[in-house]
Amino acid sequence: MASVFEYAPAPESRSVVDIAPSYGLFIDGEFTDAADGRVFKSISPSTEEVLSEVAQAGEADVDRAVKAARKAFEKWSALPGSERAKYLFRIARIIQERSRELAVLETLDNGKPIKETRDADLPLVAAHFFYYAGWADKLEHAGFGASPRPLGVAGQVIPWNFPLLMLAWKIAPALATGNTVVLKPAETTPLSALFFADICRQAGLPKGVVNILPGYGDAGAALVGHEDVNKVAFTGSTAVGKEIARTVAGTRKKLTLELGGKGANIVFDDAPIDQAVEGIVTGIFFNQGQVCCAGSRLLVQESIRDELLDSLKRRLSTLRLGDPLDKNTDIGAINSAEQLARITALTEQGEAEGAERWSPACELPSSGYWFAPTLFTNVTQAHTIARDEIFGPVLSVLTFRTPDEAVAKANNSQYGLSAGIWTEKGSRILAVANKLRAGVVWSNTFNKFDPTSPFGGYKESGFGREGGRHGLEAYLAPSSPEGER
Amino acid sequence: MPTTAPAAHALGDVTASDSTLRRFLHGLPGVDAVGLEARAASLGTRSIKTTAKAYAIDLAISMVDLTTLEGADTPGKVRALGVKAVHPDPTDRTTPTTAAVCVYPDMVAAAKEAVAGSGVKVASVATAFPAGRAALDVKLADVRDAVSAGADEVDMVIDRGAFLAGNYMKVYDEIVAVREALGSSARLKVIFETGELSTYDNIRRASWLGMLAGADFIKTSTGKVAVNATPANTLLMLEAVRDFRAQTGVQVGVKPAGGIRTSKDAIKFLVLVNETAGEDWLDNHWFRFGASSLLNDLLMQRQKLATGRYSGPDYVTVD
Repeated sequence: MASVFEYAPAPESRSVVDIAPSYGLFIDGEFTDAADGRVFKSISPSTEEVLSEVAQAGEADVDRAVKAARKAFEKWSALPGSERAKYLFRIARIIQERSRELAVLETLDNGKPIKETRDADLPLVAAHFFYYAGWADKLEHAGFGASPRPLGVAGQVIPWNFPLLMLAWKIAPALATGNTVVLKPAETTPLSALFFADICRQAGLPKGVVNILPGYGDAGAALVGHEDVNKVAFTGSTAVGKEIARTVAGTRKKLTLELGGKGANIVFDDAPIDQAVEGIVTGIFFNQGQVCCAGSRLLVQESIRDELLDSLKRRLSTLRLGDPLDKNTDIGAINSAEQLARITALTEQGEAEGAERWSPACELPSSGYWFAPTLFTNVTQAHTIARDEIFGPVLSVLTFRTPDEAVAKANNSQYGLSAGIWTEKGSRILAVANKLRAGVVWSNTFNKFDPTSPFGGYKESGFGREGGRHGLEAYLAPSSPEGER
Repeated sequence: MPTTAPAAHALGDVTASDSTLRRFLHGLPGVDAVGLEARAASLGTRSIKTTAKAYAIDLAISMVDLTTLEGADTPGKVRALGVKAVHPDPTDRTTPTTAAVCVYPDMVAAAKEAVAGSGVKVASVATAFPAGRAALDVKLADVRDAVSAGADEVDMVIDRGAFLAGNYMKVYDEIVAVREALGSSARLKVIFETGELSTYDNIRRASWLGMLAGADFIKTSTGKVAVNATPANTLLMLEAVRDFRAQTGVQVGVKPAGGIRTSKDAIKFLVLVNETAGEDWLDNHWFRFGASSLLNDLLMQRQKLATGRYSGPDYVTVD
């Protein structure tokens, strides 16, 4: 897009982060090779450059890590809450101090724009640790009995879309409540979790309290299936979530699942249009749409459809796609070749089923994994792209005539994670929000996160809540000695 | 440059009566304050470096309405300002001139003389600036004074009292009357005093009201109240001129005024222009900064880009 006001490249410096050529597993406070010596490469999705070689955890390593966590549990859970809080506060402060380094690292490993890692991911990561640090010595007042107890060892499996933030969502409440942790980051984004391991050492966290096992699905399966794990927390796809639920069924393990979504962003004719357009853009193009709570279905009142689409298309034409390290980049790279293939296949299906596809003029870099911001019009409830989670920068536009129809269409989904309501009429916000079966309902905004607010799904979007006071519950047993195995 | 005529045709007869005008203004989409401010803040994080910065600084200099609006203004002060507008940086003649100097009506003649032959315009505030609390006859006499002294542009204030009382037609009629008093020679900037209108919904309504009445520019503020130009209210007005052109084909300019003091701030405003109204507005015919101290900071930044080091306040002129 040639313009008279062409922004010169403004890259964030890569030199603030020092990525080692290889990393081990983090078990019992030490970095170590995998038992079978396997390694895998982590690449930068924007350039396909190999960033580092990482040890790949297998079943034996999982067992070693769970044993370390079990051993650490006794002392860690016996610490007064105020002492555990000190560690968490220390971790939070180190994250803040190292936030620029971690933001650059995350952008390199994940492909998302530095603008997002700098202004969203990292501030939220620190905020999560600060928030749960504050709970550690107040658990008796959290509403889960007079002296709630930790569960034991938590096995946690996290996705690649917000690597460090999902780690924070999992580890902060687990540690605050006195549990110990074995966490498996996603195979495409292991690096920030390994830097977090270093932060744990820097904070003097006792050995074995946090163990990090980079690896693939087999390591995740071994972890959730391990007989000495008391609690399983998973964020990822609905298909894997169902598998985990089957594995855990019949055991005494506690389980929380945060799975897929197909969020409806409902725009009424009395909406603040310019802000709604921003909210639609944030809803589906934040993190290239690779967000489980993305507003991937736009439900717009038919009477303002054309006007809204004109505004939206004009706005999409200003999005800047390119080098994720450039501070002016709005849209970064897709996380992996595999994900790009999935997005491509689903959008092709959208076209084949007769929906109308549109993208702004947009040049894609020649290497790396890229997908232009895309919207589909003439989409109905029957289209695959209105039902299946695409997990990419692809918006399906549907229309409705009345509030009842909007609610019916929004709820007509196997998922129920998020929804948005845009109207200047307060009474309508309340009336509609009460009828939406979605774990998070935003009004006149979208994709706003805060550690004080619980987050989780209805239906096939999962169960259990993360964040807020509610997020403690998944890691606590009520006052009785039920916590003992 | 021909001035734009009042252009309501595409919008039918929304100004036919008090009630049609009220219905139209109250039917404009609402503004969500949190979302508007978040968008302005997010555009404020754009990183404008090297060549882009050099372009933006020169553009910003060329958009300055170099202003003095003090009780203590004298012909000497105004002359100095005029010379500064023509040669902002006496050590570097490649520096663009500012767009205009902006003075009170009785200083227009002195200003005209100082900028003669340079292309720098003379803008005059009028209509009982800044309060606007005077009879229409007095306001129109003020305008005629400015124009007969040679003002190229007139910056009028709206009757905020009438606006806040819901008397939109009175505000509209006054702008139309001023427009007529100007004749076809001068361009009209309409100042809303956004700090007194207070809500973003009001600012959007005032923007449309001003454009319907024939404003060439809509301008945030006088610089005389607590809250003047902000990124959010300027963003909102840029949305209004963008939408007005889409509906009527008529392009209207925007002038944030008051409180913009640094190059960094000015560049943020230019980013707002670029990414909201678009590059058609990146020209001093369509966008201005009402400012006095901004110019020296722009000049210092310009010198820094050229020489690689900061010079300091004694290397730009104090006028």
